[in-house]
Amino acid sequence: MTKSELIELIAAKQQHLAYKDVELAVKTLLEHMSESLATGQRIEIRGFGSFSLHHRPPRIGRNPKTGEPVALPGKYVPHFKPGKQLRMRVNGEDATNS
Amino acid sequence: MALTKADMAERLFEEVGLNKREAKELVESFFEEIRAALEDGTSVKLSGFGNFDLRDKSERPGRNPKTGEEIPISARRVVTFRPGQKLKSRVEAYAGSSEQ
Repeated sequence: MTKSELIELIAAKQQHLAYKDVELAVKTLLEHMSESLATGQRIEIRGFGSFSLHHRPPRIGRNPKTGEPVALPGKYVPHFKPGKQLRMRVNGEDATNS
Repeated sequence: MALTKADMAERLFEEVGLNKREAKELVESFFEEIRAALEDGTSVKLSGFGNFDLRDKSERPGRNPKTGEEIPISARRVVTFRPGQKLKSRVEAYAGSSEQ
């Protein structure tokens, strides 16, 4: 499923909203989430999961062509941990009470 | 403080002009449709943000960390998130603090 398919699905279920508003809302949500992670703030959605940053320490890499060592600085990478309800539903378990 | 559904609904109220109830429902609907797709076995690709993929794991040996007893971890389907290039480069630049 792509972003535009997701927008269509939501628009079909929120009949009182104009398609354009749903489209803008989904884009605003994703931008808000990206912005949050880009400023080091985690995201917590009960029943869905949480997004946080994991640190990757600096390391010595190599230029694959010349074999020359290159110092790579440490960095942060986004990490997602699925929540209980999502984990259960994806695995075909009954999640009605969680 | 972590970002929550309430913060996202507030942003939709301020920036998109949805009323508070519509904003709350839209945030709920956004996460529910992603969950429903994944539950159906469909991966979700949100360009600029990242992909939610599914992986089928076969049974593997595990251990009860308390008792040391060996117990198999059953075969299961799990969700993985692969951040997109745009999100990765935005996050990479983050210099870090005590937040995480």
